[in-house]
Amino acid sequence: MEISVRSLRKEFDRTPALNGVSLDIQSGELIALLGPSGSGKTTLLRLIAGLEFPTAGSIFFGDEDASHKSVQDRHVGFVFQHYALFKHMSVLDNIGFGLKVRPRGQRPSDAEVRKRAGDLLDLVQLPGLGNRFPHQLSGGQRQRVALARALAIQPQVLLLDEPFGALDAKVRKELRRWLRELHDRTGHTTVFVTHDQEEAMEMSDRVVVMSQGRIEQVGTPDEIYDQPASPFVYAFIGDSSELSVRVDRGAVYLEDAALALVAPDLPDGPARLFLRPHDLTITDDPAGAIAGRVAGVRRQAGARVVELEVGAKGERIEVALPETERGMENGTHMVRPRKWQLYPAA
Amino acid sequence: MEREGIVRALPIADPASAADRSLAADPARKPRSRSTWHAPTTERPFAKWLLIGVALAFLAVFLVMPLVVVFVEALRAGLGDYLDAITDPDALAAIRLTLLISVIAVPANLVFGLAAAWSIAKFEFKGKSFLITLIDLPFSVSPVIAGLVFVLLFGAQGSLGPWLSGHGIKIIFAVPGMVLATIFVTFPFVARELIPLMQEQGAGDEEAAISLGASGFKTFWLVTLPNVRWALLYGVLLCNARAMGEFGAVSVVSGHIRGVTDTMPLHVEILYNEYSYSAAFAVASILALLALLTLGLKSLLEWRNAEHLRSTRGH
Repeated sequence: MEISVRSLRKEFDRTPALNGVSLDIQSGELIALLGPSGSGKTTLLRLIAGLEFPTAGSIFFGDEDASHKSVQDRHVGFVFQHYALFKHMSVLDNIGFGLKVRPRGQRPSDAEVRKRAGDLLDLVQLPGLGNRFPHQLSGGQRQRVALARALAIQPQVLLLDEPFGALDAKVRKELRRWLRELHDRTGHTTVFVTHDQEEAMEMSDRVVVMSQGRIEQVGTPDEIYDQPASPFVYAFIGDSSELSVRVDRGAVYLEDAALALVAPDLPDGPARLFLRPHDLTITDDPAGAIAGRVAGVRRQAGARVVELEVGAKGERIEVALPETERGMENGTHMVRPRKWQLYPAA
Repeated sequence: MEREGIVRALPIADPASAADRSLAADPARKPRSRSTWHAPTTERPFAKWLLIGVALAFLAVFLVMPLVVVFVEALRAGLGDYLDAITDPDALAAIRLTLLISVIAVPANLVFGLAAAWSIAKFEFKGKSFLITLIDLPFSVSPVIAGLVFVLLFGAQGSLGPWLSGHGIKIIFAVPGMVLATIFVTFPFVARELIPLMQEQGAGDEEAAISLGASGFKTFWLVTLPNVRWALLYGVLLCNARAMGEFGAVSVVSGHIRGVTDTMPLHVEILYNEYSYSAAFAVASILALLALLTLGLKSLLEWRNAEHLRSTRGH
């Protein structure tokens, strides 16, 4: 089922939470809505589900305008951030809930409901836990039950709100891989919300980066990482440093020193230079290099990160060096970027 | 006394005693090791027993003794007189009327309370905090005033009185007025039990239910109601206890027509004013028994509720 979101706007008490968002989601795709809190990603997900209604704009499910359909009529599987499992029902009753509340006539028999719930329990790899109650399950198990419950109504679209937000790091990693495999097997169109870029990059076919109620960029993880469309995306995805520079006829100047960078497409005037710690190399050649005084050294898992203070304004950039590199604790060093990104200063 | 405590505790707590011995070699650190033996929130025994004693004495004088007196006075003239007093037609009429008022007022407040709590907990609207304050009004206003309000509204001199009497509807000095006054006074019980719980639970479970295709009614019946059932029962119980025991508001609107508009609390007062002490206490003892029954049920519910809370919140 394709989903098409067209110029969607949502205001809460006159404050816009979504500001003219358009997005096409392909059938069978696993897509992540990524952004900091307050970026409107959860609002967009809830609008697609029908848990909120748009102030303006429309949502299409296939060729059908679903903007004013109730959540019950949209047949979406929604997994809530805190799972919202029904505390007073067993796991099997939770999973079978969506089938049991169907109007008489469309409702399968009790035996059929139990059988389907049992099958789903096998699918989410929790066989034999059907008679437990939610409070007797671990966080990861609850998450899977919530997923099984959402799948029970055979939705064409699966929507997940921060699906791994409440889990500890190790379980989260396992569940990510598991959910990706489940998606590949069942082929649901899946949209999930996350503020964790690693999660978004690792799991999804495409990532939608959002900020302040707008979409900043939509693309594959490679596109997002290699060709960030805006300073926001660059800074939000991965580690990055920023320097204020000036562009003059295609040449880039840091204060008065020309850098060995070219910016043929940029207008003259102030600009923002973005660098990633892993794309910088230490050099001895001062021509066109960025020079900085060491302000601190940090040890990370596979690298030693040196913080350099650059220029009179004291802007700081981070340089990732191999962990074997020592003796960088003080003094002045020069770095040369292998990759960079320039944006005109707003 | 503290020292004694330490010495006695030593042989039991083995690793700690070893630590204590090693620390004994270092006199400078000894005071710190002693402080670990003394829980910071534990009072000295003297203070502890003093507080417990005061609380128990207070309970005995103000709660237990009056309760005992009620039963002793009721049975003073013998069991036969006691039974006569409570099977007196007027007493029976009072019991019937009390039960009738409760049977109407409690379900009414069950519905009102649920509706109020639902609207406060699940929706955002202007004037919400004012509504919450308003729900508490019956608690803060004197019941006599509550009764007077209804007299002023529906009485012969009241604003709606002439119209009502013109249509042959009698509210004041009749059962409808007493029911209204009781509903007013007991309104907050159910609502106040439910509001904090429903606010805490939020609308997440309901959203899950409707996203799975459940209709509004099924969501309420299968999800919302089970989530608040213990608090609801608890509120109903308290509401019922107050509905049966209410005196002030009901007294103002009742008119004290014996056998017709007398509830149990009003009947007790009438008997008492007529110097029929044992009859008064006999009827009072039934009220007291009902109160004890309510307390028992309430404890049972709290116990069940605690189980339920533990089961739903434990991880």
